[in-house]
Amino acid sequence: MGWTRKHLLTMRELDASEIVLLIDTAASLQEIATREIKKVPALRGKTIVNLFYEPSTRTRTSFEIAGKWLSADVINFSAGGSSTTKGESFIDTAKTIAAMSPDVVIVRHSSAGAAELLARTLPCSIVNAGDGAHEHPTQALLDLLTIREKKAHFDGLHVAIVGDVAHSRVARSDIHGMRKLGMTVTVAGPPTLIPPFVQELGVKVSYRLEDAIRDVDVIMMLRLQHERMTNGLIPSLREYSRYWGLTLEKLASHARPDVLIMHPGPVNRGIELSPEVADGPYSVILDQVTKGVAVRMGVLLLLAGSKGEAP
Amino acid sequence: MASPVPRFREKAQVLDDAALDRALTRIAHEILEKNGGASEVAFVGLRTRGVTLAHRLAAKIAQIDGAALPVGTLDITLYRDDLGLRGAPLIRGTDIPFSIKNKTVILVDDVLFTGRTVRAALDAIIDLGRPKAIQLAILIDRGHRELPIRPDYVGKNLPTSRRESVAVRLREHDGEDRVVIEEPEEA
Repeated sequence: MGWTRKHLLTMRELDASEIVLLIDTAASLQEIATREIKKVPALRGKTIVNLFYEPSTRTRTSFEIAGKWLSADVINFSAGGSSTTKGESFIDTAKTIAAMSPDVVIVRHSSAGAAELLARTLPCSIVNAGDGAHEHPTQALLDLLTIREKKAHFDGLHVAIVGDVAHSRVARSDIHGMRKLGMTVTVAGPPTLIPPFVQELGVKVSYRLEDAIRDVDVIMMLRLQHERMTNGLIPSLREYSRYWGLTLEKLASHARPDVLIMHPGPVNRGIELSPEVADGPYSVILDQVTKGVAVRMGVLLLLAGSKGEAP
Repeated sequence: MASPVPRFREKAQVLDDAALDRALTRIAHEILEKNGGASEVAFVGLRTRGVTLAHRLAAKIAQIDGAALPVGTLDITLYRDDLGLRGAPLIRGTDIPFSIKNKTVILVDDVLFTGRTVRAALDAIIDLGRPKAIQLAILIDRGHRELPIRPDYVGKNLPTSRRESVAVRLREHDGEDRVVIEEPEEA
């Protein structure tokens, strides 16, 4: 039972054994970060292109570091131009990149399905680094790796995913991954930020923070995505933070003492998380970032290190 | 998936449990003799059976000399010269929880064949620091080297043909201590 996929597009398409293989590979690669010389020759001569149509700090940087630690050549191709929209020009850019014969293209785009479109168009491996509000599989994998390291197992864990679920690709990828590994998931947020039919993904829904965080092992706080928001979804930031912001006080009176607080970043301090919680003892937010590099090394290694067998 | 794996049948036994143990005892003595004692010596075993053999050698040296030598685990997958030719790599991780700087590192593996694994291991070790020296301990040297590599300590030299395979079976993994030559079953 090994890795046979050419692309990593969604968590939805992976089965539990593939997810565990990715996490195990990443866990084994973590040791590289502790070395004095952080480089192994595994992907020497491979070319990796970061194609980012949306701003990103941690995802783009961690893919770049991951590629470089594996000795691949990493090129950042940011399509910053505001005139760039989906459709022909996206494909044209993609074909231009393909003409430089990269081995892996990592793509982030504001439209759902952008990575899938590239996978159908380009001859190389594609990694989805976030497509609209659809999926962000490497974020889910690093969340899962963080949870396993802290809790030692997955089975029977209960996770609350709280906040702006409607706009969150992280929530979707997390839900698919967590459900496949036997975890229970509750999503919680104001009704306007909970997508309709979300129960069909096998999750419970709660409309009150205090109920959602009771007796869970992990609380995943989501970033309130003002930039994707049209008017009228929340009355005001102040009201949102009052009802949905996680504070030490709410944690102390409603959550378990060994709960993990996670956040995919970047944190809106004082809105969804109070600074005391973000920097507090429950928080594993920086562990998530560290694990992100290991997960991306694992993904690149399995995709670019298995040429000749991919379908 | 990969091409069908040929089935092998046992052709001859090379070492039984007593002979295997005697070979390891002798190698432990040779290590102490060659290095003038056990100070500044560390073991690094190659996954999977090299690690087990490294632990056994360390235990022997502890019996003989009283020295508790560190044992590390090396996974050379990231350094293979055939990465990408054999399907997706399976990474199981390197774990060397001590500094190898200025140590004499004894690299341990079960079978020495083409030498390509040892070549990768040398690169992997040197990426972790600059050891004083690296020595190679091997249970079975079966010949057919493709690189200029020779072992410092050998349990047994075993002339083989390329179509044969050498199976080192260890208690910890296989429930028995035994080395056998296997040959492919004819269709």
